[in-house]
Order: sequence, then C-alpha cells, then structure tokens
Amino acid sequence: MSRTLSRRAVLLGGSAAGASLLAGCDQLGQMPWVRRTLEAGEDASLFVQRTMLTQQSLAREYAEADISPWFKPNGTIDPVDEDYKALVARNFEGFRLKVGGLVETPLDLSIEDLRRLPSRTQITRHDCVEGWSCIGKWTGAPLAALIEKARLKPEARYVVFHCADTMENAEDGSPVRYYESVDLVDAVHPQTILAYEMNGQPLKVEHGAPLRLRVERHLGYKMAKYVMRIEAVASFDEIGGGKGGYWEDNGYAWYAGI
Amino acid sequence: MATTKAAETGTQASGARWVFRHPATIRIAHWVNVVCLAVLLLSGLQIFNAHPALYWGHVSTFDTPLVAMTATETEPPRGVTTAFGQSFDTTGVLGASKDADGEIIGRGFPSWATLPSYQSLAEGRSWHFFFAWLFVLNGLVYLGYGVASGQLRKRLVPSGDQLRHIGASVIEHLRFRFPKGEEATRYNVLQKLTYLVVVLGLLPLQLLAGLALSPGFNAAAPWVIDLFGGRQSARTIHFVLANLLVLFVLIHVAMVVLSGFWNNVRGMLTGWFRIERTNPSGDQA
Repeated sequence: MSRTLSRRAVLLGGSAAGASLLAGCDQLGQMPWVRRTLEAGEDASLFVQRTMLTQQSLAREYAEADISPWFKPNGTIDPVDEDYKALVARNFEGFRLKVGGLVETPLDLSIEDLRRLPSRTQITRHDCVEGWSCIGKWTGAPLAALIEKARLKPEARYVVFHCADTMENAEDGSPVRYYESVDLVDAVHPQTILAYEMNGQPLKVEHGAPLRLRVERHLGYKMAKYVMRIEAVASFDEIGGGKGGYWEDNGYAWYAGI
Repeated sequence: MATTKAAETGTQASGARWVFRHPATIRIAHWVNVVCLAVLLLSGLQIFNAHPALYWGHVSTFDTPLVAMTATETEPPRGVTTAFGQSFDTTGVLGASKDADGEIIGRGFPSWATLPSYQSLAEGRSWHFFFAWLFVLNGLVYLGYGVASGQLRKRLVPSGDQLRHIGASVIEHLRFRFPKGEEATRYNVLQKLTYLVVVLGLLPLQLLAGLALSPGFNAAAPWVIDLFGGRQSARTIHFVLANLLVLFVLIHVAMVVLSGFWNNVRGMLTGWFRIERTNPSGDQA
C-alpha cells in the first residue's frame, strides 16, 4: 500500500514538476529579452546561408513528370476584398502593377506589359513553413528586369510586395493586408519572378492571381500572392508592424531560407 | 581509462578508489547537450504539430501519408493516428488532447510534449533554431577537444580485447550486471559502441536531415536532399532519428540509474568516479 502511495506521489510530483517547468518555459518565451536572444538563431542562419550561397546557387528545378497532381492552396485562397473581387469579376482586365518607392522611374504595368518582358519558367518545390511540399511549374517576369527598368535609388535596400488580401482588421477597423519583402540579393536572383502562370495556365485565384512572387530559396510565406504594388524601401519601419511582412509582424522570422 | 595517471587517482582507506573520469570540457559539453536536446525535441514536436503528417519522397502525398495525426469533427474531437494504413484512436495523447484550459482540441502531440505548450509554430521555430546552433557549436567544441586531446579515441573506441568479448558483455548487460573494479575505469564495449553510433552517427545525421529541410541550404548543397531521397523523406527521417535519440536517452538514463546513480551523476558533475575494490590483495598498494 505504502509502496503504491509513494509511487503515486512520485508520479504526481514528477508531472507537477514537469508541468511547472513547461509553464516556466512558456513564460520565459514571452520575455522580450529571451525572444531577442532566440532571434540570434535567425541571424546566424541568414549570415551562414548568405556566406554559402552565390547568385548562381539555384533552388532545385524538377521535371514535368514531378509536378504535383494537386498543389495545396494555402493562406488566403479567396480574398474577401471588394476591389479584388471586382478584378476577378472582369478577369483582371485593367489590372495595373505599380512599382514605386525609392526608384528613379516609377512603373505602372499591365499583365500584357509583364508578358512582353523576357519570361522565365521553372519547375520548383514549394516548401511550406508548416512542413509540407508540392512541386509546381511557374512562368513569370524576372523581378530583376522590373528593377532594372525602374532603376533603384542608391538608398534602396529592400523590395516590398503589397498584396490585395486582407488578413485581419486592425483595432481602428482598417484592413491589415498581406505584405512581404526581400532584400536586393534575393530581388535580383535569377529564380525570383512575378509569376502569372502556374502549370501552363493563367494563375488561379487560390494560388494568387493575377501575380504571385516566387523566391525559390525561401519558404512559402515569402512568396506573396495577389501582388498589387511593389515598393523599394530603405527600411521596414514605416510599413505594417515594421518587421518586413505580415507573418514577420506575427512572430515569424524575416529570413525564410530555413 | 585503464592507463589513469597516478596524479589523477587516489585511494581511500576503505579500499575504494577515485578515478578522474570526465574532463571539464566533456562535462560541460554533456550538460549543454542535455539542454539542447530537450529543447530541440520539444520545439521540434511543436513544429511537427503545424502539419502532423509524414510522407516519403520529394513532395507531400496528402491522401496517402505514412503517418498522420488528425482530429475528428465531433464535439469534443477524438484523436486518430493513422500509420501505414492502420487507424488507432489516440485521444488524449495524439491527434486530440487537452489544452491549458482542460478542453480537448485537435493537436498532433499534446501540450506537455511541446515548446511552447500552446500552439505557436513561430515560437517553436525560434527555440528550435537557436538551440540547433548551440547544439552545433557545442558539438564542434566536444569533437574538436575530443580529437585533439585523444579523449574521443580513448573513451569511445573499443579495444580488440573488448570486441572479442562482446557476446559475454551483452549477456552481462541483460542480467543487469555491470563491470566492477578495474574494468569499471573505462567504458564497456556496449557503451563505447552505443556512444560512437550516437556521437558520430545519429547526431550528425539528425543535423543533416534538419538542414535538408531548409530551402536555402538545399540551394547551397543540393546533394544533401538526394542523400535522404527528397525533402519529405528527410523530414520523416528527422522525425525517426528524433525518436531513436529519445530511445537512446531512455536507455542511457536507465543504465545510469541501474549502475550506480549517484556515482555516475557525480562523475559527470565533478569528474570523479568511485571504483569499489574487488580484490583486496590486488595491485593497489
């Protein structure tokens, strides 16, 4: 009897200690200095991967036969925004992509304008931060070509992609829309394209029509869908929550190469 | 450690002898590794929970996972784990379990097995990558010191004599009888082989499988993904290796308890390990 009791006590004590340890870890993880310290891991990953990668290092490109029969649509798959719905209703006729910010020549382009640029087609693996992967074929205009046309001002360091889809409403009721950013290393990488086609068809709404960013050496959340406006900036301070992207403002790392 | 230096040994009146078993670098590396592996396991399960299914090959075959943990649409949900076509009700542990408020919700692994305990992929990744870097740096210090000092070879490479008697050693272990006296001054052959497999096999492979999940690393070293047969295979192998490491830790801790808990723990904390005298008329003057 006493033996059973003591075993019970040990088990109870053990699980209580375990529970308080976990609760302690949860609390620790909420402290700003702990968060900042843990973020050093992200800085290390960025630094080391940038040291290992050159502009010529490409993400693996696959064969037609490898294309996933079903490509999981994720994140926003049907934006609720009225402006966007109107665009869908007229099959994106009249859509204009705006390129501005710290550029010498702001651009205002139709999908046809983008299609007239030299295109790139790549069959690549899309890795979601959640853990799953799908392979798809993407065709689009290299971002480098747009940047060359717009000519960045010397102080430009990042390229921000403003999207059509509202993720949530801010406290004042204004819509918080998806946005993402890349630095100039990724912006001019040969596999960084604004895709208007997927698997040989015009991009579907669930995959980000009419334009979706592809930055193949990153996880899926970097690859903004429903891109409406591109802005060259010197810092993220004035944009959204200031972390360089919607998910970044919600705790995810800005560097999505890992 | 049969060649323990005289300066590192001392003899007690009782005849028991103290040997200096673990140099400081190895002791520190051991405990840093304990923290790293604990955080990596719990945060890894948090990351796994973002998509609690495993596949084989380059991509996810959503309809035919190798293993998947799901929750039913019922109220409250029930947890269902499917493995190789067989389904099991795993409510309370896998697929669906209690959250902090005691309510059953759908989640792969339960809250007591994840870091943080609540669902947060972003925070799980933060913990995972910081401690992955710490694990790598700690491992490099351990291996660098181990090779340079000769400790790695001395501690972990079995002698020819030990290898010849491996059968007897297995039988002794199964009877929970552990080496005594002079034989206890060095690791036995099963210990050495296990530690070798873990230190030079499982842990580096686990790191490589984790790196194979990184799109940036894949672009830098494309051959790594082929080593594992694709990114989803690498993710599955990363999960299986984590399980093997847990199994190792369970056996390791059980052996520590069975073969003299306080002596072992003292050894890894202070470096000093106590050897009982087996033969009073032996060579210990």
